Amino acid sequence: MDPLRQSPSPSSSRASSPRTLPCEMLGYVGIEAVLDQLKIKAMKMGFEFNIMVVGQSGLGKSTMVNTLFKSKMCKSTMPGLGVPTPQTLQLQSVTHVIEESGVKLKLTVTDTPGFGDQINNDKCWDPILGYISEQYEKYLQEEILITRQRHIPDTRVHCCVYFVPPTGHCLRPLDIEFLQRLCRTVNVVPVIARADSLTIEEREAFRHRIQENLKTHGIEVYPQKCFDEDINDKILNSKIRERIPFAVVGADREHIVNGRCVLGRKTKWGIIEVENMAHCEFPLLRDLLIRSHLQDLKDITHNVHYENYRIFRLNESHVLPRGPGWVNLAPAPASIPAPAGPQASPRPPKVCWWAKDNSDEEC
Amino acid sequence: MSSEVARHLQKKENTRSLAMSGHVGFESLPDQLVNRSIQQGFCFNILCVGETGIGKSTLIDTLFNTNFEDHESSHFYPHVRLKAQTYELQESNVRLKLTIVNTVGFGDQINKEESYQPIVDYIDAQFEAYLQEELKIKRSLFNYHDSRIHVCLYFISPTGHSLKTLDLLTMKSLDSKVNIIPVIAKADAISKTELQKFKIKLMSELVSNGVQIYQFPTDDETIAKINASMNGHLPFAVVGSMDEVKVGNKMVKARQYPWGIVQVENENHCDFVKLREMLICTNMEDLRDETHTRHYELYRRRKLEEMGLTDMGPESKPLSLQETYEAKRHEFYGERQRKEEEMKQLFVQRVKEKEAVLKEAERELQAKFEHLKRVHQEEKLRLEEKRRLLEEEIIAFSKKKATSEIYQNQPFMTPGGNVRKDKDRKNSSFM
Repeated sequence: MDPLRQSPSPSSSRASSPRTLPCEMLGYVGIEAVLDQLKIKAMKMGFEFNIMVVGQSGLGKSTMVNTLFKSKMCKSTMPGLGVPTPQTLQLQSVTHVIEESGVKLKLTVTDTPGFGDQINNDKCWDPILGYISEQYEKYLQEEILITRQRHIPDTRVHCCVYFVPPTGHCLRPLDIEFLQRLCRTVNVVPVIARADSLTIEEREAFRHRIQENLKTHGIEVYPQKCFDEDINDKILNSKIRERIPFAVVGADREHIVNGRCVLGRKTKWGIIEVENMAHCEFPLLRDLLIRSHLQDLKDITHNVHYENYRIFRLNESHVLPRGPGWVNLAPAPASIPAPAGPQASPRPPKVCWWAKDNSDEEC
Repeated sequence: MSSEVARHLQKKENTRSLAMSGHVGFESLPDQLVNRSIQQGFCFNILCVGETGIGKSTLIDTLFNTNFEDHESSHFYPHVRLKAQTYELQESNVRLKLTIVNTVGFGDQINKEESYQPIVDYIDAQFEAYLQEELKIKRSLFNYHDSRIHVCLYFISPTGHSLKTLDLLTMKSLDSKVNIIPVIAKADAISKTELQKFKIKLMSELVSNGVQIYQFPTDDETIAKINASMNGHLPFAVVGSMDEVKVGNKMVKARQYPWGIVQVENENHCDFVKLREMLICTNMEDLRDETHTRHYELYRRRKLEEMGLTDMGPESKPLSLQETYEAKRHEFYGERQRKEEEMKQLFVQRVKEKEAVLKEAERELQAKFEHLKRVHQEEKLRLEEKRRLLEEEIIAFSKKKATSEIYQNQPFMTPGGNVRKDKDRKNSSFM
């Protein structure tokens, strides 16, 4: 082959950081206008967010979702109205499109009534894990089609809010089992539910004990330490990590306090204001989920959890690749086991997550 | 507009829209998205196709307001080569990784038949690299350096007449793989009236030959108007220059001639500002989007179909990729089994044949042996016979000798005695 007749080979342009020369621009070019283009495109397409709430009945899950999004997302069940508790765990998904200042958000809330309500709660997390895996599977199937859609609808669960009952002691075995299994497949944010039954000191003690429990059992909740990219992220996220789990109170009724109309719970000894930081930590939760880390939740789901699932699915097909182009998928097994189910000790998260860990230089 | 889209969304998916009773705060979502993109940085790849000396490097320098590369390319390359160079630019908080790919030696050869093939191959190679990464089991797409070409600036020489055949052929072969924006280079060589005619001629030639150039998108109302008007100015007539000349009381980028000064950023003189507007400020994201969702998907679909995979099965039921793979694997497995059987049969046959041949040889050998043995036996018998006869002769002779000696003892010293003695001697030596 004539040595002069070389086009740059794919391998040389596949390097994740090719030899780049920094250049000084002598004047204004207008590159930063690309940010506006991005915004316009994003507003046109709209956003999607899928959240799952898990916890025993009566902990205020539906009320919390209604408070978060200030609308009647889920029907909150009131005790004593003759609604029977479901015998088995059923997952119910509700989708709404909400809009604010031109930004459209397609929100899907998955509720899990019946979780932990039976006498024998063994394996009650399997339907949940199955549902999460099913959403990943749907996305994977869409992604490997030959003729793909322009925009694959994203039904993967981006965040799972786990409601811990306010016992004041420590995490129960059910909580620990569930969190261990779940934190490897989805972003988990634990919250202390119905925190108005604990005093401030009790809350702090409970929180510390929960944090210790999480550390002992190797449960990494969102925001995960291994994904902090730079020092700013670290500072911001460690502040959040200090306060996890948030002690929250949900309310969807409004009351008048000092002339203002606030969301709160009215009791004989006072009104608990939901949005008051002195009363409960609901604003922290709301800010984390919606105002600051929503995109981050989606990114971690897409780049880490979904990729892990994909690797797991492709590896179990038992056919060696005939070169990188061949991807052989065996038909999905009837019940996809949780990735760490059969193993005694949890699979070390670092092994699968180093893909993102090593990406220190972002550009 | 957004409510329209919301309604459309609802119709498609039967989702309900909900009114909120207060401020939730997700209007910061686009900002979160933008922040993440700023952190990741942007990537933009431009391919410049045009003859040597037409002003590609100068135009890129002028577009990005910096001096990228110094030396001029030679005109004597025997083949068209593509040279890629990556630069990191930063403006306020936006980091851009810009890759410029230049065609070196385009249109210089005497025989230009192979001119556009290297370009097509290069573009395909970038798509292939991305496809390989996407199909990997363990992949890292989010920090993959995207080298796919987002836009191709095609430089047309300012002859004033029409498109050259080479230009037409090249653009035709590239139009389904990359977004093409044709520009008229060195536009200061054409007068204004000629330029109008030239543009109209060019566009009509492109349309009549079915070349699909990139049209600026007109579906978003904020930029629809300006994009539509720009679409009418295609192809842009540009002048590039990094030299500064004093005009009035400020220094502007311009080219100085004895008869006047051509200002690069003056809209009356050339369309450079329009090009910069369109390429960078307004449509950079759309160019990247088109490359990813249209050109890359087309390439991917073609490539996967080439590998023999389809989405539809034999009864035109939708098949997933995995079923196709399974079917293929089954097919290949069956084929392999069949071939193995065949080879086994062949082997057994050959062994049988060889055995038969050997047996035959053995039999022949045996027959020969028998024959030889028989001959030997006969020979032996004959010799035995001969010996017997000889022995009989000897006995007869010795008998004769004895009788003759008896006769000899009576008549002493007969003349035949010497003869008899001689005979004795002869006989003894004979015995």
